[in-house]
Amino acid sequence: MSDFLQYLVAGLAVGCGFALLASGLVAVHRVTHVVNFAQGMFAVVAGLTAGSLLSAGLPHGAAELLAVLVAGAVGLLVGLIATGKPGTSAQSALIVTLGVGFVAYAVEIMIWGDNPRSHPGLRGSVQIADAYVQKQSFLVIGVTAVVFTLLGLFFTRTYLGKAFTACASNPYAARAVGIDVTRMGLIAFALGGMLGGAAGVLLTPLLPISYNSDVLLITSGFAAAILGGLTRPGLALVGALILGVAESMVAGYLDASYQTVVALLLMLAIMIWQASQRTSLTEEAAR
Amino acid sequence: MTSLLEVHDVGKAFGGVYAVREVGLTVAEGELRGVIGPNGAGKSTLFNLISGHLLPDHGTLTYAGRRLERLTPHARAKLGIAIVFQGARLFLGMTALENVMVGAHARTRHGFLSAALRLPAHRREERAIRADALEALDRVGLKDWADRAAEELPLGQQRSLQVARALCARPRLLLLDEPASGLRAAEREALAQLIESLRGEGLTTLLVEHDVAFVARLADRISVLDLGAHIAEGTPAEIRQDERVIAAYLGKEAA
Repeated sequence: MSDFLQYLVAGLAVGCGFALLASGLVAVHRVTHVVNFAQGMFAVVAGLTAGSLLSAGLPHGAAELLAVLVAGAVGLLVGLIATGKPGTSAQSALIVTLGVGFVAYAVEIMIWGDNPRSHPGLRGSVQIADAYVQKQSFLVIGVTAVVFTLLGLFFTRTYLGKAFTACASNPYAARAVGIDVTRMGLIAFALGGMLGGAAGVLLTPLLPISYNSDVLLITSGFAAAILGGLTRPGLALVGALILGVAESMVAGYLDASYQTVVALLLMLAIMIWQASQRTSLTEEAAR
Repeated sequence: MTSLLEVHDVGKAFGGVYAVREVGLTVAEGELRGVIGPNGAGKSTLFNLISGHLLPDHGTLTYAGRRLERLTPHARAKLGIAIVFQGARLFLGMTALENVMVGAHARTRHGFLSAALRLPAHRREERAIRADALEALDRVGLKDWADRAAEELPLGQQRSLQVARALCARPRLLLLDEPASGLRAAEREALAQLIESLRGEGLTTLLVEHDVAFVARLADRISVLDLGAHIAEGTPAEIRQDERVIAAYLGKEAA
């Protein structure tokens, strides 16, 4: 029982990390229709940057915040490369983000080497029943709850959130009402970078990361985001939590090396299920 | 009267064929100008050149003393030019009210941060926009549809919704592209009355329309295009008598 509880909370925490990453995917996709495969890289950059800043003597809090801002700047840069040229299609931009992600490998290895790194988060653990749960897990869950509340309010309640969505819905008309669609897309990329960065700095104390951790992160984040059709942050959160707990249980009771397989199978199952729900006829009717 | 929009000698070619060539027209402040022409006359091309969705190969566009021809559509929107497209071109997945609220984008000062943090100034602005949007919906007769999804509206109402979205921007120049096409008689009549009342308020309007009778009823002056060229301009009564116009619509023998 105590094992189960421990795996559950750890899974929820990792799921929250995936959810933050997925929300970045959603933010970028909502505005630009681009699936940003460099999203996992933002988390890696932020996680590694936070570690370096901490060992340089920066206090907790400041180091993590700065790392998230760095990830935001990297997000903006990826956005500029992928969508800065007017008329770039969302499909070409997707390939560009994939390419940028690989280029980033080289840069990351030059700066941080290729060994997994970690940095300490919140120390200590809390005893619930007879299970010990790391305090860092609760921090991840808490931050995610706050971020998702703000994000939800922003997209559904604020008028600027609507303008964001308008860009994705009908860019032609969005331009006509005075929305700078390219700029909105870049803001979304910067936001996506910060959300990915938040996932990175929060997860690194739980799972050490290296330059190629972005594969696991993006696979899980994408699997979660696809549940909400890449447009709904709420459903992405649900997907991420299911995924995080499932992976944690698999790692705990079976073998950690099956984790990614679970993520991929879940993604596949969701996509097949969604395809069966939406026939080409209903797609056409929705136009 | 001072002029608000001056189109001078503009041309646009697609693959070597001119869709619009050497077209010029001057729209006075407060005027309702109709642009008519047979199919393929270049009406839509001219419309898109003014909205900024197409850039001219040559010629100039001047609006309120400013050169327009290199500005992006969103920059033109910020100068007070609002558009009603021929197709529905709505923001799907949003309610009618939200669609109209987004129309206010060009005239709002919103910061990304203040929106995310929901600062009081932002909330005030948002309330004001909501009130304006409801008023615009009321104006086009869609008040009861405010909370319905935009895609649920029938075609006529979708067109009206676009008009409301344009009005919410409080434009100085309103561009209407074939607003009457596909509408039923009653919807067409309601639209005509709305355009008439907007003219009464002094809103400068450019009405590009296939339906000659619809334009003749509303416009102060009419410009006629044929095969990409500007062939005549005058009051509706003058245009009806113009031999070049009759020839363009009915063929040379009739003239």
